[in-house]
Amino acid sequence: MNREYLFRRLAQLVPTVAAILLASFFLLHLAPGDPVLALAGENGDAAYYAAMRERFGLDRPLGSQLGTYVGNVLRGDLGNSYVQGRPVADLITERLPATLLLTGSALVISSLAGVAMGIFSARRSGRWPDFTMNAAALAVYAAPVFLVGQLAILLVALRTGWFPVQGMSSADSEASGARHALDVAHHLALPALTLASQETAVVSRLTRVGVVDELDRDYVRTARAKGVGERGVLYRHALRRPLLPVVTVLGGRAGHLLSGAVLVEVVFGWPGLGRLLVTAIQTRDAPVVLGIFLLVAIMVVVANFVTDLLYSWLDPRIRYA
Amino acid sequence: MSAAERFVAQGSAVGAVGASSRRRALRRVVASVPGAAGLAVTVLVVAVGAAAPLLAPNDPFAIDGPPLHEPTWKYPMGTDALGRDVLSGVLHGTRTSLVVALSVSVMVLVVGAGVGLVSGYRGGWVDDVLMRATETIQVLPRFFLALVVVALLGPGLDRIVLVLGLTSWPLMARVVRAEVLSLRTSEFVEAARALGSSSTRIVLREILPNTVGSASALAGLLAAQVIVIEAGLSFLGLGDPNLISWGAMASDGQQYLRTAWWLPLFPGGAILLAVLGLNLLGDAVTDAVSGRRR
Repeated sequence: MNREYLFRRLAQLVPTVAAILLASFFLLHLAPGDPVLALAGENGDAAYYAAMRERFGLDRPLGSQLGTYVGNVLRGDLGNSYVQGRPVADLITERLPATLLLTGSALVISSLAGVAMGIFSARRSGRWPDFTMNAAALAVYAAPVFLVGQLAILLVALRTGWFPVQGMSSADSEASGARHALDVAHHLALPALTLASQETAVVSRLTRVGVVDELDRDYVRTARAKGVGERGVLYRHALRRPLLPVVTVLGGRAGHLLSGAVLVEVVFGWPGLGRLLVTAIQTRDAPVVLGIFLLVAIMVVVANFVTDLLYSWLDPRIRYA
Repeated sequence: MSAAERFVAQGSAVGAVGASSRRRALRRVVASVPGAAGLAVTVLVVAVGAAAPLLAPNDPFAIDGPPLHEPTWKYPMGTDALGRDVLSGVLHGTRTSLVVALSVSVMVLVVGAGVGLVSGYRGGWVDDVLMRATETIQVLPRFFLALVVVALLGPGLDRIVLVLGLTSWPLMARVVRAEVLSLRTSEFVEAARALGSSSTRIVLREILPNTVGSASALAGLLAAQVIVIEAGLSFLGLGDPNLISWGAMASDGQQYLRTAWWLPLFPGGAILLAVLGLNLLGDAVTDAVSGRRR
């Protein structure tokens, strides 16, 4: 990876983050009502409002307010929830691990399962297992994630009773350590698989196309002619190039997964950021809504950035055009 | 990678497209099984949306039968917790999804094609500035942005359309720009230039018609994404409260999962069908325009 690429890509990150901050600042001001009410809640007294006005500089011109807002955000001050009265940053920190666990598991599951299924399909290209997998991938790709979750509850959890339907751990469980981890994993299984389903379909189609193209190349024929076994051909040679596009979509997939997580958390009662967001929306808790938006948007942008760097490191031909 | 992004990755270089080759592309779409299926499903969904009031056996808002009644001949998709006919709701819900998908597609076509044409044809610093802006907007998480806007400004279809329209065009701009770049140096454009045509005329009369195929394919794929996003928003209770929406119906079903499986299943299935149709059609048009065979 050359340094010039790194710096130019970093320089591109700045306007994007600035756009996100601007959008969030103006949304706060566009929202109906006095922004101090949005930031401080409706049950404060005059002195509290005055203090909040000064803290967020709401008594000053818009440009200077923007400066204060950006400064506060960069220092991690996202205001207070006006329903719970606590700092938004604290609320987010409490919920973030659950969402990261869910999206992280889904990212790992979809990457591994997607590549495996793509290889399975490619090796049977043009025959019925390949056809079935393709049709299934198309259907899963078109299904809204909440439908997948509801089907998982209906057909798996309720029918078999093997999996819990709601929550992250058993309410009566006071287990700790390994037992607690197992309990959480048991609760995690269905939501993570649900969230992973669509991305698995994407990765598997991507892998399949790449491997089919690759198995058609001359060097593969040469390797086979030399007597390299089918496994050797695939894993030592033909898998390298098709895996590159799988890496390039990592950043975009992280974004899709974070969006999908909101819906999956609602369906499965998973206590993460998504549930916090939905509650905040129902109670019109603007600072919490905006705080989550800022965090997620910046996470998505950074994920894209890291993906680009990873890609240019894996494939030195990629340069900033 | 979404279907739409895959579309860009494939790229699509075309030559001059006349009416006859456009007919040929259409024939290729219909000749492939997925293309024909996608076209059929999409036409069906649009027809159902247009004729919903005629097709629906009941007023979707009317409390008509016993609550939470299983699917029967009288109520083919059952009734909801208030005794409203689910089939009528699903039929009427088609309209909400189609209105959002269509309005956003029009916005995306206008803004995206505009930016792509100018960026590709002018080149230089104009291209630089427009493309940097495009990349900036492209990485914004659309679902979250729409969610936050609706949460803060209150629900309404207009703002959902506006947010999604203003954030969904970057891919379109990049596709159109790529087409323009390959067309700009083609012989028929050179010929038009040699004949003294103005830039505006060349862009509008020579280049724009040749981008229609790939632009409409992408518009179909983006419309599918928009339907899913709108469904997600109304699932979270952020849809237009005065309209029937598939997402909101599926969300109503969430609390009756144990007792009334039909409540979430039919609206969810409708979303799946509409999105599948658009995806198949969009993929088939992409293949037909780029002259690729699967």
